[in-house]
Amino acid sequence: MTVLVLADHDNKALGAATLNAVTAATELGGDVHVLVAGNGCAAVADEAAKVAGVAKVLLAEDAMYADALAENMAALIVSLADSYDVILAAATTSGKNILPRVAALLDVAQISEIVEVVSPDTFVRPIYAGNAMATVQSSDAKKVITVRSTNFAAAAATGGSASVEAASAAADTGLSTFVGAELSKSERPELTSAKIVISGGRGMQSGDNFHLLEKVADKLGAAVGASRAAVDAGFVPNDYQVGQTGKVVAPQLYIAVGISGAIQHLAGMKDSKVIVAINKDEEAPIFQVADYGLVADLFKALPELDEALG
Amino acid sequence: MKVLVAVKRVVDYNVKIRVKADKTGVDLANVKMSMNPFDEIAVEEGLRLREAGVATEVVAMSVGPQAAQETLRTALAMGADRGILVKTDETVEPLGVAKLMKAVAEEEKPDLIIVGKQAIDDDSNQTGQMLAALLGWSQGTFASEVNLDGGTAKVTREVDGGLQTIELKMPAVVTTDLRLNEPRYASLPNIMKAKKKPIDEKTPEDLGVDISPRLKTLKVEEPAKREAGVRVESVAELVDKLKNEAGVI
Ligand SMILES: Cc1cc2nc3c(=O)[nH]c(=O)nc-3n(C[C@H](O)[C@H](O)[C@H](O)COP(=O)(O)OP(=O)(O)OC[C@H]3O[C@@H](n4cnc5c(N)ncnc54)[C@H](O)[C@@H]3O)c2cc1C
Repeated sequence: MTVLVLADHDNKALGAATLNAVTAATELGGDVHVLVAGNGCAAVADEAAKVAGVAKVLLAEDAMYADALAENMAALIVSLADSYDVILAAATTSGKNILPRVAALLDVAQISEIVEVVSPDTFVRPIYAGNAMATVQSSDAKKVITVRSTNFAAAAATGGSASVEAASAAADTGLSTFVGAELSKSERPELTSAKIVISGGRGMQSGDNFHLLEKVADKLGAAVGASRAAVDAGFVPNDYQVGQTGKVVAPQLYIAVGISGAIQHLAGMKDSKVIVAINKDEEAPIFQVADYGLVADLFKALPELDEALG
Repeated sequence: MKVLVAVKRVVDYNVKIRVKADKTGVDLANVKMSMNPFDEIAVEEGLRLREAGVATEVVAMSVGPQAAQETLRTALAMGADRGILVKTDETVEPLGVAKLMKAVAEEEKPDLIIVGKQAIDDDSNQTGQMLAALLGWSQGTFASEVNLDGGTAKVTREVDGGLQTIELKMPAVVTTDLRLNEPRYASLPNIMKAKKKPIDEKTPEDLGVDISPRLKTLKVEEPAKREAGVRVESVAELVDKLKNEAGVI
């Protein structure tokens, strides 16, 4: 069996979630190859070649792959698919965009966001915002899978010595073009791989008030997240959203501030090792999953926390 | 210009679902059902395009049992012009739904298809992408803004790093994210009016589509349950516990 893992990257560095995807691929058994498709991304291929467990890296460089647009990426993957039994990617927005297109072109089901490999054809995946776990068996000869990265350990970034081979580009579909991007810039760790995450909700009342969270985040080396309500209200950008339909995180420590704990939010953070809730409403459902609950006004508690952390 | 939107009948987002004791699935008896929230956003976007004079007709379709008619009626009450129900009592996987939608699209010839990015029951996040693939169309997933201009659609997408804007050749498939719009409620007069709007019924056989599943659900279980912990009285106590008990800071 050979598994092709689609690398997530920005043409400069390999995305962290790819390491988790490689682990899932390894659990399937067989050889693991990584596809790095982009433009001017040879350094990413070299990085992927060092990842433990990777046997081969395919490098497809072309201007049309620079922004990982789904139509051309899917065409490329399908052109390579004959040699693979499984095509797999981390369930990032990029993986979620591209892989279902690949699956449909191959006339197979996609198995979305697996959290466990039971056997090479059987997987566990969350449904209903993680309130139920389904064990599904695939009857397709070729499998297309996305992986929830928080459920698979990261493969070692070094130790491997895979060969890098050039893959030829597929024909340009000409269906879409890149116009621009507005990416959030932050010196803080990435939300999905941070060891500590501190998130704010509607209780924060404004975007300005998020600086209270950010001060604490910087003392803890934490990433900052948010509930949907805080994003909808425009306090913070969309990429802060944690939850069923945002990002899934599972840090060592998750601190929820002014967040009520709706099931859609819990879906994105309930696998965190330690959960802290700070909320002025002692009935807030977030306390039902919190290891440590503090009933307090966040505008008093956050400055105190900042103070206490020295 | 014609817009096709798809709506799915799902367990209401406020319902705390229960797994069946025999582990065969989720208990849907006497549970409140609603339109998938992302599909409400899809319907709303279609309606706004019509109201802006860009689209001339908004057709809503659904794949599901007879009861999915209610979901279509909701779309019609919001303002969609007519409905198409592809009736089946089988559980249809995203690939099957995409194939059924392709068959309907070949009959209806829409210029734009808008669907929700994911259904909140199976959380698959696949149908729109699969449909675009099967039709050979462009795709704009996780959209927070859609602007149509001549033969192209400019779509701003919510991605992990922030926002990305792409230009799609039309016809195109767009999948909605939460920030695309705020869907309207159907007014009482419009609910009454919707009762008279046509809903066409078809079956997968009529459309010549094979919807046999590719996945077999072996079991459905409760997730590991998290126990509530303790209350702390002060920030000082919290910091002490995090340092000395949990060892996480
Ligand atoms: C289709 C769909 C998808 C969704 N996806 C997501 C998702 O991915 N992620 C997500 O988070 N939500 C999601 N939601 C929304 C979810 O249902 C909730 O509406 C949302 O999580 C609520 O956010 P909140 O807890 O910040 O706001 P609220 O529920 O309004 O809670 C605010 C909390 O702040 C507390 N508070 C207020 N002031 C203070 C103060 N001064 N000090 C301390 N505490 C204070 C209040 O007691 C309250 O508990 C989704 C909903 C739908 C329908």
